[in-house]
Amino acid sequence: MTTTTPTPEQPTSGSERSTAPAAVPFWRNVRVLAWTFQLVVLGLVIVVLAILFNNVRINSQNQGIPTGFDFLDQPTSFTIPANDLRDTQPVRDAIVEGTLNTLRVSVVGIILATVVGVLIGIGRLSGNWLVRNLARVYVEALRNIPLLGLVVFAYLAIVLTLPRVDDSIQAGNLLIINTRGASIPWPDGTNLLLVGLLALAAIAGWSVRRWRLGVSERTGEPSRVVAWVTPVVLLVLFWGAVLAGVGITSPMIDGPRVTGGMTLQPEYFALLMALVTYTASHIAEIVRGSIQAVPRGQGEAAKAMALTGVQQMRHVVLPQAFRIAIPPIANQYLNLMKNSSLGFVISYFELTKVVSTTIGNRSPAIPAYLVLILIYLVLSLIISLIMNTANRRLELPSR
Amino acid sequence: MLGSIGAWLRANLFRNRTDAVVTVVVGSILLYALYRFLRFLFVTGRWEIVRVNLPLYLTGAWPSDELWRITTVIVAAALVGGLAAGVAARRAAEAPDRVDTGPRSPGRVALDLLDRLWPAVATVLLLLILARTAAPWLLVVAAVVVAIAANQVGRRLPLRVGWLVNLAIPVGVVAALWLLNGGVGWNEWGGLLLNLALAAIAITLCFPFGVLLALGRRSTFPILRLLSTVYIELFRGVPLIALLLLANQALGFFIPQSIAPGRTVRAIVVLTLFTAAYVAEIVRGGLQSVPPGQIEAGKANGLTALAITRRIVLPQAIRNVIPALVGQFISLFKDTTLAGAAMGFLDLLRAAEASTQQDAFRGDGLIAEALVFVLLVFWAGSYTMSRESQRLEKRLGVGVR
Repeated sequence: MTTTTPTPEQPTSGSERSTAPAAVPFWRNVRVLAWTFQLVVLGLVIVVLAILFNNVRINSQNQGIPTGFDFLDQPTSFTIPANDLRDTQPVRDAIVEGTLNTLRVSVVGIILATVVGVLIGIGRLSGNWLVRNLARVYVEALRNIPLLGLVVFAYLAIVLTLPRVDDSIQAGNLLIINTRGASIPWPDGTNLLLVGLLALAAIAGWSVRRWRLGVSERTGEPSRVVAWVTPVVLLVLFWGAVLAGVGITSPMIDGPRVTGGMTLQPEYFALLMALVTYTASHIAEIVRGSIQAVPRGQGEAAKAMALTGVQQMRHVVLPQAFRIAIPPIANQYLNLMKNSSLGFVISYFELTKVVSTTIGNRSPAIPAYLVLILIYLVLSLIISLIMNTANRRLELPSR
Repeated sequence: MLGSIGAWLRANLFRNRTDAVVTVVVGSILLYALYRFLRFLFVTGRWEIVRVNLPLYLTGAWPSDELWRITTVIVAAALVGGLAAGVAARRAAEAPDRVDTGPRSPGRVALDLLDRLWPAVATVLLLLILARTAAPWLLVVAAVVVAIAANQVGRRLPLRVGWLVNLAIPVGVVAALWLLNGGVGWNEWGGLLLNLALAAIAITLCFPFGVLLALGRRSTFPILRLLSTVYIELFRGVPLIALLLLANQALGFFIPQSIAPGRTVRAIVVLTLFTAAYVAEIVRGGLQSVPPGQIEAGKANGLTALAITRRIVLPQAIRNVIPALVGQFISLFKDTTLAGAAMGFLDLLRAAEASTQQDAFRGDGLIAEALVFVLLVFWAGSYTMSRESQRLEKRLGVGVR
C-alpha cells in the first residue's frame, strides 16, 4: 500500500549531486507512513467510541437512568414460569437462571443434534435408495428454511395444539404428553446427589475400561469393553441409588395437572425440537462431506479385511472422518448455543429473554446488554476450548 | 421391463435381509407420513387464510393504490436483469477460452432454466393460482416477456456499451429504493417485500465491509489487525437477535434522539455489521488459499501493494469462497425473520402469525396452514439460491484448476 514508485533521477547541476543515497524523507518512509496510517485509524475509532460513550452518559443522566452495575442487586420484580425464583431476589439470580436455561437447552440440543446429524449424514451415503433419498430430502428441506420459522412452528403449530391434560397422550406412566409439556420418570434426589452418583458411575466405568484395555494389550485377548463396562456402571448406579435412598418417581395425572417425574416445559420442548432438527441437517452435511473426504482405499481395505459394513464404518472410516469434521461441527455447536436465543420469541426464559425482561422492569439497558454480551462470549469460549481440546487429542501425531 | 425393475429393486432396496427390513420399516413410516401430509395439503388444510391474506403476506400493509410502484420495480428489474444477462452471455461467447457447446434451441434453454429454477418457478405458480385474479398473471407474463426481449437486445449490443449496463444496476437499485420509499415510507414496509429488501440491501453493504475486515485481519499492521480481530470475534460471539434487541431498546442512548434512524435503517445496520464479521472470516479463508507465489510474482512485476491486492489476490481469493459467501447470504435472507421478531416489523413470518388473529380466522387453529406457506416461500428462495451457487461452483472449477 505504501510502496513508492521509482522516479527517474533528475540530472541536477553537477556539483550538488551526492554519491551516497540521501536519507529518505519521513513523508516517504514506509515505516513512518504505515504507523501514521494505523494511528490515524486507531484515533478515529477511539474518537467515535468516546463520542458514543459520552452520549450514553449524557442521555442516561437526562433520563435519570444509572449507568453502573448496581442493578444486579435490585429485586427482579418478575418471575420465571416453572422456576422457584422469587420476584424479590436480585437481578443477578435471574441472569444466572437464564444462563442455566441457555445451557440446559444447548447441552441437550448439542448431544441430540450430533446423534441425529451423524445418523442422517451416514444415511445420505447408504446403499439403500429409500434411506439415501429420505436423508437427502430431510437435509435439503431443513437447511433451507429459517430457524425462527421452525421454532414458531414447533411451538404454535405442534406443542400448543397438543391435547389438554385430561386427554393426554400416554405411554403408561413412562411418558405423558399434553399441552403443559412432556413428563418422564425421574429420580427424586437432589441435583447434587444425582450428579455425584453419575460421577461415581463414570469413574467406575472409566477405571474398568482402562483395566480391560490394559489386559487386552498385555495378553492379546479381546478387551470386550462394552460387555464389561455396562454392567459395572449399572450396578454402581443401582446400589448407589439404593444406599443413598434415591427412588424414581413416575409422572401421574392428578386432576388438572401432572405430578411426579420431571416435566419438560412446552417452550423448552419446542425450542429443543427446532434446534435439534435444524442443526442436525447442518451436521449431516458436514458428516457426509467428511466421510467422502476419507480416501476410498481405506474403506476398500477394511472390506478386504472382511470387516462387516458396520465394522468398516465404526473402526476405519468414521474415526478418520471425525478428524476432518470436528472444526466445522464445533462451529455448529457454537451456532446452536447462540441460536438458543430464539427462545426469546416463544418466551422460553433463556439469557436473552431474561435480560430483555429485566430491562423492561427498569434495569438500565446498556449495562444489562454488556453483561449479556460478556456471558455469551464466555460460553462461546468454553465451547471453543472443549472442541479445541478434542481436536488436538484426535489429531494425527505429525508424521 | 419387469425384469429391469426387479433388478433395480434388488440392487437398491433389497440387497440383503437387513436392507429389506430397513426398506420395509422406513418405507411404511414414510408412507404414513406422506399420507398424513397429503391429507393435510388437500383434505383437512383450510387454505382460505393464505388466499385472503396474500397481499398482506407479500407486501405488508402496502396501500393498494400504490401497488404500481412495486409493479414498476419488478418490470424494471426484469429489464435490467435481462440486459445484464444478455451482455454477460455475449462476453462469454466471445471469450477466447470458451468451450463451444453449439447453438441451443429456445425450448432447450427454457427446459434448462426450468430445471435450474424449478423451486422458485413452482412457488410463483402457486402464488398466481392462489391469487385468482388476472393482474398478477399479467405482471408475471409482462416481466418474463420484458426479460427475454432485453436478453436478446443485450446479446446484440456492441461490447463497448457493456459498462452502461453495469452502471444501470446500482442506479436502478437506488431508483427502486426511491420509488418504493415514495408510497408508505420504508418504516412501514412489511411482508416478503421487507424480507427481500432487508436481505438485498444488507448483502450489498456487508460485502465490501467484510472484505476490508478480512484484509485488516490479514494485514501486517498490528493495530489494524487487532481492531479487525476484536470486531470479528465480538460480533461472531453474540447472537443476532440480542444485537437487534440492543439496537431496538438502547440505540437511543448512543446517538441524539434527533438523528436516531427509523427501525428499518436500524435493522439494516445491525444485519450488515453482523454479517460483515462472518463474510470477513470466509474471505480470510479465501485470502489464505492464494499461493504466496502469486503475491511474489506481483511484486516482481513492480506492482504496488494496493494493485497486488486488488488485481491479483482478491479476485482469486473471492472466487475460491463464492459458495461459502452465497451460503452466508442465504442465512442472511433467512435471518431477516429475526428482525421482524425483535423489532416488531410485520415481515412475512409475523404477518402469517398475525393473520391467524384476524376476526375471520381467530380460534380456527389455522396457524399450521399459515406457517407451512411461509416456510415454503423461504425454502423456495433459499433452495434456488443454493442450487445456483453449486452450479456456479462447478462452472468456476473451484478446487479443480
